[in-house]
Amino acid sequence: MERKTIAEALRDGLREEMTRDERVFCIGEDIAIPGGWGGAFTVTLGLEKEFPERMINTPISEAGLFGAALGAAMMGMHPVADVQYGDFLLCAMDQIVDQIAKMRYMSGGRIKVPITMRAPVGATGRGAQHAQNLESIFFSVPGIKIVCPATAYDAKGLLKAAIRDENPVLIFEHKLLYGSKGARAESGAVDASSEIPEQDYIVPIGKGVVRREGTDVTVIGTLMMMHRALQAAEQLAGEGISVEVIDPRSLVPFDWELVEASVRKTGRAVVVEEGPRRGGVGAEIAAELAERVSDYLTAPVKRVASPDIPVPFSPPMEDFYRPDAARIVEAVRKIVS
Amino acid sequence: MSQDAKFLLSLYRTMLLIRQFEERVKFLFLEGSMPGTIHQYQGQEAVATGVCAALNAGDVITSTHRPHGHAIARGVGVEPMMHELFGKVTGCCHGKGGSMHIGDLEKGMVPAIAIVGGNVPIATGIALAFKMRKEKRVAVSFMGDGAINEGAFHEAVNMGAIWSLPVVYVIENNLYSASTPIAQTVKLKHLSDRSAGYGIPGVTVDGNDVLAVFEAAKTAVARARAGEGPTLLECVTYRITGHSRRDPCHYQPEAERKQALLKEPIGRFAKHLMAAGIAGQTALDGIRREVDAEIEASVKSAMAAADPKPEDALNDVFA
Ligand SMILES: Cc1ncc(C[n+]2csc(CCOP(=O)(O)OP(=O)(O)O)c2C)c(N)n1
Ligand SMILES: [Mg+2]
Repeated sequence: MERKTIAEALRDGLREEMTRDERVFCIGEDIAIPGGWGGAFTVTLGLEKEFPERMINTPISEAGLFGAALGAAMMGMHPVADVQYGDFLLCAMDQIVDQIAKMRYMSGGRIKVPITMRAPVGATGRGAQHAQNLESIFFSVPGIKIVCPATAYDAKGLLKAAIRDENPVLIFEHKLLYGSKGARAESGAVDASSEIPEQDYIVPIGKGVVRREGTDVTVIGTLMMMHRALQAAEQLAGEGISVEVIDPRSLVPFDWELVEASVRKTGRAVVVEEGPRRGGVGAEIAAELAERVSDYLTAPVKRVASPDIPVPFSPPMEDFYRPDAARIVEAVRKIVS
Repeated sequence: MSQDAKFLLSLYRTMLLIRQFEERVKFLFLEGSMPGTIHQYQGQEAVATGVCAALNAGDVITSTHRPHGHAIARGVGVEPMMHELFGKVTGCCHGKGGSMHIGDLEKGMVPAIAIVGGNVPIATGIALAFKMRKEKRVAVSFMGDGAINEGAFHEAVNMGAIWSLPVVYVIENNLYSASTPIAQTVKLKHLSDRSAGYGIPGVTVDGNDVLAVFEAAKTAVARARAGEGPTLLECVTYRITGHSRRDPCHYQPEAERKQALLKEPIGRFAKHLMAAGIAGQTALDGIRREVDAEIEASVKSAMAAADPKPEDALNDVFA
């Protein structure tokens, strides 16, 4: 066992999968430049030396590179396509939403599309176009699996599962959780490192995990919001409120079994997400809970999310934008009394 | 002093203002007093300065993730820019934009666009409005060499061409898109050769020679204003600072960096001014003191200015 950051764990995962399977390759911007950064957050650092033929460094052409990944995947390759910031997925929207997500279906199930897509999210002092949490936009697109690792262990395990999956899988990664080092270190970063086993493992897509057991209320959140939920749970424990924190890890498919079981037990739920509230992932989870476990709910399901605004630049406004532990605590207090 | 000499010194002053602004901002950023992230313009000053010197008051530019030089050259003003970088409510975008979205439409600059290639169609649309309203105004899109490989570039330049719009597409070829060298992103020797694919003129100039940039821009802007359509203007230059933040630029060969420093535009233009007898060292030093004082005043006032209220974040979503 060795302790690794998310950036390191993802790098190891890519290396191991490329070693295991010749069909796996990476395609993206600035991912394979000697003396460069290994993508925007150091994940692919040095891999171009080990796999010179399979680290495809592209021009700034997102529609092109996601389309190329699709073409290669249909021919039996297993591409890992990344954008430097999740926001740039929008430049490749046609290829992702209209082509990648639909190709198998349109072919009547005759074509496989084993693509892994990686996208960093999170508001980090960069203004409105390098900041968005776009989970909810892709969440509503049939045909794409979505995973959101909050720890290094999960990042590696989910990446490997995604690469081995025969379907498009979109991995959202959080800029403040990477643990990127050197010139690419982020201020405000949170430690998400884990002990990583020596032996090969995957984290199955669609399986969540209980991060902290509790009896009064279930708090559900991924990525940074999982860490904020744990902070909130710790604080609330001091007030005598017992919080169960659930990290779904995957958004599509979603581990309803785990979440339902927890909410049946606690009777209360708070759903947290970093993206905007309207039409959010939290809205969907809350609606599903209302249908699935209404008999068990002793209070209305609460949502904690960002306001429906673009991400502002100035730190006081950005802090106001992004949900934090205090807002989760407040939401819990409102339904546990 | 002749009009000509005055003009040349104003070019020098603008370039130096950009350089000193960027150096000051870099220091503030690295010492941790300035929030956010930055992409800086050191080494490319002649491009923004030369192009903007060819524009009239009503003309409009669009810019990129690396916008400080464009903003200064367009006259957005050091003070509202500095306030914006500090995230102050008195900044040119009231603290909502930050470094990558700096601008002021009243001064002729659309808030900068940090999606590579994203600003090019917007400049086409600005020019379309000018043409539809028969206004003798010109749009300029600044972009990096990396932007020409986005589909948005292709769509936008083609529309500018077929509709003969009053727009100039300026490629600042600094030989890298982020860390990726130009040889890995295009097969062309001159990026302006792309113009042939659109049926418009393409020109490549030394982007570190402010007068060469100015002359080429003047021709392109005059052509646009006369209703003859767009020009693709490539200015070859070099970024002598990191791509962003604390980038140590290990992907730039040492020898190439050294060469580039010898060719950087400000020292070069200073030599020209002195050799031509337009200004002596004392005069140039005087300009430097003026410029530094202006920047220092902006830092002081920015640091003293009020932060936005957190809930100001909720304003400005809709008109
Ligand atoms: C659509 C999009 N893709 C990727 C990026 C990340 N990115 C920011 S700057 C940059 C390089 C831009 O190169 P170039 O256009 O040559 O401009 P320069 O940085 O050299 O000024 C990249 C890849 C981005 N901002 N937008
Ligand atoms: Mg460039």
